[in-house]
Amino acid sequence: MSKVAIIGVGQSTFVRSYPGSIRELVFEGFKEAMQDAQLSTGDIDASVICSAPEYDKQRSPAGVFAEYLGLNPQPTFYVETLCSSSSTGLKLAYSLVKAGLHDTVAVIGFQKMSEISSSESQERMGRGADIQWESPFGTMMPAYYAMYAKAHMEKYGTTLDDLALIRVKAATYGQLNEKAVYRKPVEFEMFSDPENRMAGPVADPLRVGDCCANADGSSCVIVASEEKAKSISNKPVWILGVGAASTSVNLAGRDLFTGLTVAEQAAQQAYDMAGVGPQDIDVAEVHDCFTIAEMMAYENLGFAKPGEGRELIRNKETYQQGRIPVNVDGGLLSKGHPIGATGGSQIRTIVLQLRDEAADIQVKNPEIGLVHNIGGVGLYGNVTILGR
Amino acid sequence: MSKVKEVDDRFKKFGTVSFTAITKTNDFVGYLEDNKVMGTRCKDCGMDFFPPRADCHQCFASNMQWFEVSGKGKLVTYSKLEYAPIGFEEDLPYCIALVDYGDYKVFGRIAGNLPEDEIRVGMAMQTIVNTLPNGQLNYVFTKA
Repeated sequence: MSKVAIIGVGQSTFVRSYPGSIRELVFEGFKEAMQDAQLSTGDIDASVICSAPEYDKQRSPAGVFAEYLGLNPQPTFYVETLCSSSSTGLKLAYSLVKAGLHDTVAVIGFQKMSEISSSESQERMGRGADIQWESPFGTMMPAYYAMYAKAHMEKYGTTLDDLALIRVKAATYGQLNEKAVYRKPVEFEMFSDPENRMAGPVADPLRVGDCCANADGSSCVIVASEEKAKSISNKPVWILGVGAASTSVNLAGRDLFTGLTVAEQAAQQAYDMAGVGPQDIDVAEVHDCFTIAEMMAYENLGFAKPGEGRELIRNKETYQQGRIPVNVDGGLLSKGHPIGATGGSQIRTIVLQLRDEAADIQVKNPEIGLVHNIGGVGLYGNVTILGR
Repeated sequence: MSKVKEVDDRFKKFGTVSFTAITKTNDFVGYLEDNKVMGTRCKDCGMDFFPPRADCHQCFASNMQWFEVSGKGKLVTYSKLEYAPIGFEEDLPYCIALVDYGDYKVFGRIAGNLPEDEIRVGMAMQTIVNTLPNGQLNYVFTKA
């Protein structure tokens, strides 16, 4: 069986408001990945463009980007699974290469959320849920995840302090990430100071410090066939497993509220395909759009048993020097979350780790890494396992 | 002169802001006007649906009857919002919640007059029709 590699990764600096248009934003991540892979545009056989719709005036962005990036006349198309769009793009690129249709595919994720106001953005995000039966009640992402947090706390005794510890860890590494939006230190004590912004209520029990920020950003991952990768790259990272799942969009159609079934299912598929288990993962990127999301990821990926995720963060097991380092690039909580670009940024972090190029945040000799990328409120689950 | 065709867009009336106007489940709003919260049951296979739907994915029939959401359910989880999306600011603060009736679950809001310190996960609740200040209709959960 031939393998599929990642031979180049790049991302723009994630910022609150990007001073340029979406095609210019996308150029930044693309350029970095192309230079990383030492390719020219003629080497790219197809491009997959990934974002969540309705932030931009531009319809069908794939065509515009292909022109701007010099990728005509090669085929290009658009995919979306909200916040996990670029992981879905990676899975598609994997399939295109595996099927022998293309040798080299660029997966390009982007989002310019600052095209609209923050409350408009919340409304758009809320409409990633069930617009017929839920949105008329005034829903938004933090409130949905807050419902999971409430259920997790009720069932397992997880505390607000445990959630604060996850944000403190994120900020520890966010300070080291020059591409992150939020680079200031976050102290545990800030969460118990009602005057501090971190402690401000958003959707009970989640506070400002429990939530990631909107951002503008782009990412790019270049996928290649084994033959191509071996001929042009001296540092390929191999895609060992890809898993994906979906569930009921309306919470009324779900049974589990202390975890995400899509993450459990996607992880199982990816583990089975890669022939590894949670104990084999040396470094992971998980979708910490909210602190509770990282806590549930520990459990859904099998790093901890259900209800025991808090022990990992209390004992600093998910720090750089711990048993299973998680989000040592600062996570979405520090980097910001430019929806369509996020998965590619997570993949980039793991690829750099596996190439021993992660500088200050390098984990010791990682062989296998994992990316957990969720779309909507646990609506789409994507887990990717990479190895060197 | 051609007669203007009347459009059944009753669903516009559901919730503070409705994002849907036309659906085959428009009668849901008609029932709300009659003070009833209803789901649909597939006449062919007997499966209950809430939220209501026009089509059964289990037996591919579109042969539904309405049933009333009545009796007691259990509060699964909830969250009180301090910020609201555009169009919902006037309603703040409010709690969104999920109530489990056994055969189906209902997503909605907790009644605004239920004191926060009386809300407990696991408590028995019932679902009642509610008229919003802007004249729109929804349903809310109250203590059973």
